[in-house]
Amino acid sequence: MFRSGRRDSGQPCIVVAKYHNALVISALDDVAARLGLAVGTPLANARAICPDLEVFDADETADARTLNDIADWCDRFTPLVALDPPHGLLLDITGCAHLFGGEATLMEQLCGALERQGFIVSVAVAGTPVCARVLTRHAHGRIVADGDEAEAVAPLPVFTLDADDAITRGLRRAGLKTIGDVAARGRHEIAARFGAAFTALLEQALGQGDAPISPRKPPPDYIVEKRFAEPIATDGAIAMTLTSLARMLIAMMEKQGKGARRLEASFFRTDNAVRVIAVDTGRPVTRSETIDRLFRERLDALADPLDPGFGFDLIRLSAVRTEIVVQQQRDLDSNVHDNDEVAALIDRIAARIGSHRVVVHLPQDTHIPERAVRSLPAQQHLVAAMAAEWPARAESEPPLRPLRMFARPEPIEVALVEVPDKPPRYFTWRRATHTVVRAEGPERVAMEWWRAPEPMPTRDYFRIEDETGLRFWLYRDGLYDEVVDENGTAVPPKWFVHGLFA
Amino acid sequence: MIEVHARTGTLARLRNDVARIEAGTTTDRPARVTLGHAEADAVLQGGLARDTVHEVFAEGRQSAAATGFIAGLARRIGAGKPLLWVRQDFAAIESGALSMRGWRELGLDPRLLVTVRAPDVESALRTAADALACDALGAVVMEIWGETRHLDLVASRRLTLAARASGVAGLLLRVAATPLPSTAETRWIVRAARSPPGAAWQAWGAPVFDTQLVRNRHGLVGQWIMEWKCDECLFRDASFHREEAHSQPVAAAPADRPHQASVVPLRQAG
Repeated sequence: MFRSGRRDSGQPCIVVAKYHNALVISALDDVAARLGLAVGTPLANARAICPDLEVFDADETADARTLNDIADWCDRFTPLVALDPPHGLLLDITGCAHLFGGEATLMEQLCGALERQGFIVSVAVAGTPVCARVLTRHAHGRIVADGDEAEAVAPLPVFTLDADDAITRGLRRAGLKTIGDVAARGRHEIAARFGAAFTALLEQALGQGDAPISPRKPPPDYIVEKRFAEPIATDGAIAMTLTSLARMLIAMMEKQGKGARRLEASFFRTDNAVRVIAVDTGRPVTRSETIDRLFRERLDALADPLDPGFGFDLIRLSAVRTEIVVQQQRDLDSNVHDNDEVAALIDRIAARIGSHRVVVHLPQDTHIPERAVRSLPAQQHLVAAMAAEWPARAESEPPLRPLRMFARPEPIEVALVEVPDKPPRYFTWRRATHTVVRAEGPERVAMEWWRAPEPMPTRDYFRIEDETGLRFWLYRDGLYDEVVDENGTAVPPKWFVHGLFA
Repeated sequence: MIEVHARTGTLARLRNDVARIEAGTTTDRPARVTLGHAEADAVLQGGLARDTVHEVFAEGRQSAAATGFIAGLARRIGAGKPLLWVRQDFAAIESGALSMRGWRELGLDPRLLVTVRAPDVESALRTAADALACDALGAVVMEIWGETRHLDLVASRRLTLAARASGVAGLLLRVAATPLPSTAETRWIVRAARSPPGAAWQAWGAPVFDTQLVRNRHGLVGQWIMEWKCDECLFRDASFHREEAHSQPVAAAPADRPHQASVVPLRQAG
């Protein structure tokens, strides 16, 4: 793929990349090609041939991104688009061509749009992806009918097969110049000399056997779309389109008893940029109003808002992941109804501020205080959280665990501590000194030695109340004489505030 | 003649029914929820109203006490229904994140809690307003740390209207903030109170709050020492404080508190 840009100089122009520690040409324009340069020529040789070359460095990541953008745009023709790096795209247009007025018209549309952008394209339509690829290497615009593949590729040189360099060289050396020559030999000979993989490649090029392409994204379960002769750009029109698309999508899914778990709206801009916006839901969605509302929330909260530019000419709504919905009698069981509403609310909030920001809490089987509870996204774990088994609290006991806990225990300065296991009399936290009036402890918590790579100090926890009634959860990180510095001498252990009681 | 009377009587009854349905008072849940503390309930005329907004203020270092108090209110109001706790990220850094083990220890159910970690005040407000419209929830708690200009009279009114329409209570936890004009039904200032004195081996450390009702749109204000009973899930009078009131002076008023409510119930002007 090569973008010509707009240059008037008429100078030959090449792109070089590093290959085996030498700069070689990886792409070139027509002017350069006419001078006798070719892909693979070292830069030094090229300069010898033509001193006033314009040389650009290859940027593979940018190339890959461009290829990806083009693939996004090609989604408008078929959901099955596969990348064929470094410069190719494979489109499975089975059953799609008639929507665009046949294969020839489709090809014309595709090439026209890409060429207007300054890309040089070579397209071919054939029964197998390999055959089509072979054809694009040689000529542009071939459409091969079913069964004519062998005939079409026969006169092409063997390098168009894109096999290993060693194989191509071997074929040449054996005097097999065209694909037809190779095909004329017995298969077992070819397999014996060049391997089974090459035989398979050859057969696919000849249109025998079928190698499915691996699309970039799994094809969505349901797709609805709307094309516009006149591009739309206003928010109102976009919202209305989404509403009607949502209604169509729901009607399609309803027939098969499905509900959507992940939805994607793709906005195809007239200047060929594509923006995809996805929304996840906690439970299968079966109402078009819900879809409508989720997308409204999502579009409102986008960090970089949808930019219509000169307008969108295609808007597509697809249900990427769906689930079978069990229809429930809603009005009789208010509990089920309530849970649905909460799940819908969670979906809405998650669509706006992100799924990881709406969490439910699940108990964990550990005695390390900071690991005792896990917070997981509510969209996925709401049902599990509602059914979780929490350890029962001891009757008529005051709370033994704090209501608020610091993610990072805060260090405090202590004064007047009785060794070995008494709480401090005074401590200073956040620049304020607290006098300990009541204390309970120690509650000794040993770290999980089977998990930690190196031994962690044992903690002694204390419940503390100060003179004004504030209640703290303090701990001493390590026992006396257990904590040592790098010289091996014992140092007094540090104290921390881990939480606050109500 | 008698028949006519009967007919108009029926008509009047039906009209009454319709009016009641339209006013939305035929819900199976009572409009007010008792706290359990007799005096406070009396001042509140039967408890906290369900379909409105209540504010709880606290100093920075009293955040845990205020959290405990508001958690208790949420439990009383939204009994058995899911609770949505919207908090601003900064609040978790400043006064610690809610710990579900501690939540459980207060006798509350962690299964019913959904936490929203809002990045800033604006999104917290929006989320809370959205959540207040969902009548499947028991209550919505919004925790905002520090002063903010987003929570003005307009925002407060929006929350109140949403609460009124759905019947879901909105509880606003404001730590380290000065009260501003708002449409809240009640406003409380909460601080931790000391545990009852006793021998070292006796159980201590139950959540005891020094609560001050500084605003009550439909009644008196007052100040009480309340204890949250973790087993029964209600507030009770912490009577031990009264017995030795002389030795338990109310701590000095913080500088950021605008009104010092008296211990005797007072009628607030306006």
